[in-house]
Amino acid sequence: MASFKPTKIQVYPKLGEKITQDTLYWKNYKAPVLIKEFGAVTNIDFSPVAPHHYAVTAFTRIHIYGPFSQEPVKTFTRFKDTAYCGRFRSDGQLLVAGCEDSAVRLFDVGGKVALRMFKGHTKAVHVTDFTSDRYQIVTGSDDSTCRLWDIPNSVELTSYQEHTDYIRCGTTSKLNRDLFITGSYDHTLKLFDARVDKSVMTMDHGQPVESVLLYPSEGLLVSAGGRYVKVWDLLKGGQPLVSLKNHHKTVTCLCLSSNGERLLSASLDRHVKVYNTTNYKVVHNFDYAASILSLGLAPDDESIVVGMANGVLSIKHRKSPEESKEISGQQKRRPTYRVFVKGKNYVPKQDDYLVSKPVKQHLAKYDKQLKKFNVSKALDTALESWTRFRKPEITVAVIKELDRRGTLKNALAGRDEQTLSQLLNFLTGNLVDPRFAPVLVTATEMILDIYRPVIGQSPVVDRQLLRLQELLEREIDYQQDLLEVLGMLDTMFTSSLPRKEVPCPGIGRPNGLAQGDSTGSAPQLQAT
Amino acid sequence: MVEHGDIRVVHRGGSKINFRVPVITNDSRFLLCASGECVKVFSTSTEECIHDLQGHTDLVTGVVLNPSNHLQVYSCSEDGTIRLWDFTDGILIKTLVIGYPIYSFYASANHGGVLFIVSPMINDRRSEACQLAAVHLPPSGDQLVEAREISSVLSDVSSNPAAVAFSRGGEYIASAKDLQLEVYFFKKEKSYRFSLKEHNNKGARNKFTCVSCHPTDDCIATGHEDGKIRLWRNFNHKREYTYSTLHWHHSAVSSLCFTPEGTNLLSGGVESVLVQWRYEQESQQDFLPRLGAAITHIAVSPDGALFCTSHADNKITIIQSCVKVSAVLQGLVKGESVRTDLMVDPRSKALVLNGKPGHLQFYSLQRDKQLYNLDIVQQEYIHQSGLEQFEVVKAAFDARGNWLATVEERKQKDLELELNLKLWAYDEQTQSFVLNTTVSAPHEARITAMCFCHAADSQTTMLASASKDGHFKAWQLGEPAHTEEGPSWSCDFVGAYHGLVPECCCFSADGSLLAISFQEVVTVWSPASWELLTTLSQPPGAIRDLCFGQLSCSKYLLGTTAKNLLCCWNLLTCSLEWSTAMDVGLLLADPLSENMAAFCCQAGCTDLFVFKPSEPRPLFSHKAVCSGKVTHAVFAPREEMLESCGESSQWLNRSQLYFLTQYMDLLTFSTKAEEDRLMASSKQLVIDDSVAVTPFYLLLGKHRQEKQETLTSLCPERTQLPQGSVAIKELLHTPAHVLPSTSYLCSMFVRSLLISIKDTREEDDPNEEEMESEKEEEGDSEGEMEPSASGQRSSSSGQTQESGAPALTKAQGRELRRVKKLDHSWLSSLLDS
Repeated sequence: MASFKPTKIQVYPKLGEKITQDTLYWKNYKAPVLIKEFGAVTNIDFSPVAPHHYAVTAFTRIHIYGPFSQEPVKTFTRFKDTAYCGRFRSDGQLLVAGCEDSAVRLFDVGGKVALRMFKGHTKAVHVTDFTSDRYQIVTGSDDSTCRLWDIPNSVELTSYQEHTDYIRCGTTSKLNRDLFITGSYDHTLKLFDARVDKSVMTMDHGQPVESVLLYPSEGLLVSAGGRYVKVWDLLKGGQPLVSLKNHHKTVTCLCLSSNGERLLSASLDRHVKVYNTTNYKVVHNFDYAASILSLGLAPDDESIVVGMANGVLSIKHRKSPEESKEISGQQKRRPTYRVFVKGKNYVPKQDDYLVSKPVKQHLAKYDKQLKKFNVSKALDTALESWTRFRKPEITVAVIKELDRRGTLKNALAGRDEQTLSQLLNFLTGNLVDPRFAPVLVTATEMILDIYRPVIGQSPVVDRQLLRLQELLEREIDYQQDLLEVLGMLDTMFTSSLPRKEVPCPGIGRPNGLAQGDSTGSAPQLQAT
Repeated sequence: MVEHGDIRVVHRGGSKINFRVPVITNDSRFLLCASGECVKVFSTSTEECIHDLQGHTDLVTGVVLNPSNHLQVYSCSEDGTIRLWDFTDGILIKTLVIGYPIYSFYASANHGGVLFIVSPMINDRRSEACQLAAVHLPPSGDQLVEAREISSVLSDVSSNPAAVAFSRGGEYIASAKDLQLEVYFFKKEKSYRFSLKEHNNKGARNKFTCVSCHPTDDCIATGHEDGKIRLWRNFNHKREYTYSTLHWHHSAVSSLCFTPEGTNLLSGGVESVLVQWRYEQESQQDFLPRLGAAITHIAVSPDGALFCTSHADNKITIIQSCVKVSAVLQGLVKGESVRTDLMVDPRSKALVLNGKPGHLQFYSLQRDKQLYNLDIVQQEYIHQSGLEQFEVVKAAFDARGNWLATVEERKQKDLELELNLKLWAYDEQTQSFVLNTTVSAPHEARITAMCFCHAADSQTTMLASASKDGHFKAWQLGEPAHTEEGPSWSCDFVGAYHGLVPECCCFSADGSLLAISFQEVVTVWSPASWELLTTLSQPPGAIRDLCFGQLSCSKYLLGTTAKNLLCCWNLLTCSLEWSTAMDVGLLLADPLSENMAAFCCQAGCTDLFVFKPSEPRPLFSHKAVCSGKVTHAVFAPREEMLESCGESSQWLNRSQLYFLTQYMDLLTFSTKAEEDRLMASSKQLVIDDSVAVTPFYLLLGKHRQEKQETLTSLCPERTQLPQGSVAIKELLHTPAHVLPSTSYLCSMFVRSLLISIKDTREEDDPNEEEMESEKEEEGDSEGEMEPSASGQRSSSSGQTQESGAPALTKAQGRELRRVKKLDHSWLSSLLDS
């Protein structure tokens, strides 16, 4: 005797993003910690040495936060005007920052007062960085010059005046002490060598450049400007490799994950996108509340720090392994799990006589009613408001099952105004859904057949029927439009595709009956 | 041309067991049922088939226990004979020749020596009407007797065996036909007729379907087409009869049965629910729902402990009287049509075809037993006639049996077709198929053909499906889209050819080519690049079947057309190799050899040709394999290769050809060598019936058999040394309270086992001694197990000893004497005390 087979709920392919290893990795962060700064957060830089403090440049201050603190560990406030680009030296001891007032200040991370002040720029300095030998500083300014300074002597070594517009981004090579790259609003990227007095390479980005990034190997360069993110091959003399257009507003910041396999870009469109650096496909996407100006990723991707235009700093920490495991365990466990597990892990002793009890089949309420052939009740259960709104596929599956049993008409008939309006409400909501349409169209036709004599008796039902009619008319128009588009596309495809000749060697040689008859071995299959 | 002397077409397995009411023996241990041309004896506890009672030459139409001897059974057949069998030993006792086809028969304890048969009217054979006749059994003891005393009792009875019933007292017989119930009283020799109107104003359909009589009370229960059950009383009056109506079934009641005490009435119908009504309290019912398929017969064992129901899907369910299923005997399920075609599971070598609705059945041909059912549709089956439900229409296995693809469809009138393609992966752990991927609506119209790529070495499996919507699709196992899921199947390629409908598809043996026929054109595609490589066309007629050659003939592609042509193309030259005019209805290739089989329909009969694609001459041909068309056939690989010397039967060496006829008979070809082997093996399979056949018994029985064999192999030694047993037997058989104390007996007993050392002339093997004692112990244990048998043996063993004494050697003779002496002394001591 077979047991009752429950109604099969069709599993529809999930719309929206698919779950990949990347989504799992990038989703595994805790809820963000939000810190309000005094103004727009323009730069975030992580210290390269152990506790990995990070410097947040916002308005006239630079705050240094510890890895887990929500209060700044240290604050540099000695700026006359808006500060820009607070960056750590590779030993984490010194910090350099530009300022709106054209001065460049060098701080000791332990102290408060500036150790050095480099003056020489005529306009705001938006770019500052240490060279890899740790003794020099590269700066870029709105006066379209970039300069090289010596720290010990606090003198200007060189000045390059090749850009024709604001210099808003730049980076130094970590492998070569003489190389650095700047990006400017004149749409160009320039690679400078301190040993020569000219730029050695120029690349045209095509948009005002907002951010540059060197790969750890320094063979590839990534630049961001306008809506584009472009990758350049430096070893091939600055050949463009890829151009990515995944944001719909200016891309402001670039960042590389710790293992160098993922590239992150942040934009004014409030998104952070994660790219796979082998095929440059977007593998994940973060949403934020406001336009993003700066982005920082802690070593080992332990935290993602994002600074936004409204002055909010958002910090997401990675979940520890125990935490993430706990969450997934909780999802599996149902609230009534404990009831079922009672005595389940009891191990029978050796001489115990085992009496096996058949496991009781758990059935959903509508299945129980279907089992008893209570079709109207089953439909009522499936139309309960929670199911109707949250899991329409269950309602549709029950309707389909009733149709299969040939009892849908019985279940739909004999309803009062309230339940009928409930049913019509559900139909108007889901009728045009392509997943449900084949089932629901049948049901709708039946309802119209059954209740045709009573149309006009209830204003509520009539209103809903009118809505249904409107909906169907709209849907028909829509389908017609779609068919027109499809027709156009077909014409375009057929005209654009080259016509391939079907090879048919059989045409040349006759392989028809004539040959069959002429073959020497006259085929004869005859029964004895 | 080709001789086929030693190849025969035989029925092998898969016969119906639900044709007539099964019978349970008085001790409830065996169940007998008519099955094709034989009667099968099943054990009710183990579900094993114990005997096949073979002898009838036509369909067996009834089985009834002999009322005067409960160890014998009568069976009747359409060949016009009634046979009496001893079912415990499977022996034919008597054959009674009637001379007319018998549709059913009845026996009653109160009518000794009389059997009642239903046969066509003896006077005029043309009419469809049947009559009930009494046959007086001639008292002669001959094996074959002819019945002469046949007297008609009732004319115009229904040929349905359920429509006639005897009262237990044997006073009357009730017979129903169409709208009339007739009750015939034997004593008064008078019959009463009661008719019902065909339709009443409520739309009830009153036709009778079955009748049952209460065993003790004067009450007749009748079932009707609209699901009503009527209980008739006072039917020995013409006018004052009454009836009450019970209504639960929604469609025709197919069987009714009272329990032997008359406390309950069992009824069943198409709903596949067994309903148990309390007699006199009919408002109380017990139900046993979801029995799997429509109930066709219900039977109750004479002691009332077991019920059994036959079902439309060739199944017998044995139910305990507490309404609990205890055993299921499942035969080969045969519906009206086998839409999936016959297949062979590469793993279990079982025949796979449509089973119960929505299932695939795996049927072992070797053991003639259903292995299991795979639920494809996974939906509750509603037992209601006229309801369109999902049906499995296509199925295919891949080369290693790791994947199974199934297509199910449901077509409601004026609604669109619902199609599902399901892919099942074989799970090693559960040893069955597990659903991997469901593709709903894989095509827009009916799928015409589906096949797996059969290349054994390919990394990825590919499935091709062709549909009436003019497309064919290739499906491949892809990488998982979501991380938490396993790999799933997805569509790899969609192809079409000039908007024509693809009809057949076939992969070449190495999987490098896919041939698809579009009406009159055969297209050959490369699955690697999905290029159309070539088209082959044969002007007359649409392609009906397409098949690649196997092994050394894999370069040939064979096709049959609707215009009676069999063509063979050579794919290396892309030209027609040969063609011949014949109306091939079915073409199939043997996967284990180059042979191809073609079934041709000619003049109402089907002929078989077996040939190799390389030459257009048949290796073997068989005319008139069966009447009508052969619709499905399959080559099933043999378990062990047959060593056949005959040239014409060589094609049967590696595999066996099974085919289904129009009338759903499963037939096969068998050679002489095979039959000899089968005969030999069947002799070994005789099971000792004195012990109930339980799994434990089978285990122990085998063990014992082995032991007996070893004993018989040691037999010559044993017969030389039977000395100790008599003394010990007597020692054991004497009641304990009259025996002397154990300490006294012990030394004596031990001494009896010893052989005196003084005897130097004889070298006594210590091994032999050990063996001897062992044997004695064994003998004892055996004696305990079957006291009746050993008792007789021991009593006779004493005599055989004496008679066999001359054959003994000197030493043994001496031994014997010594034992006897000991024996006497012991007895004398007993007497003295």
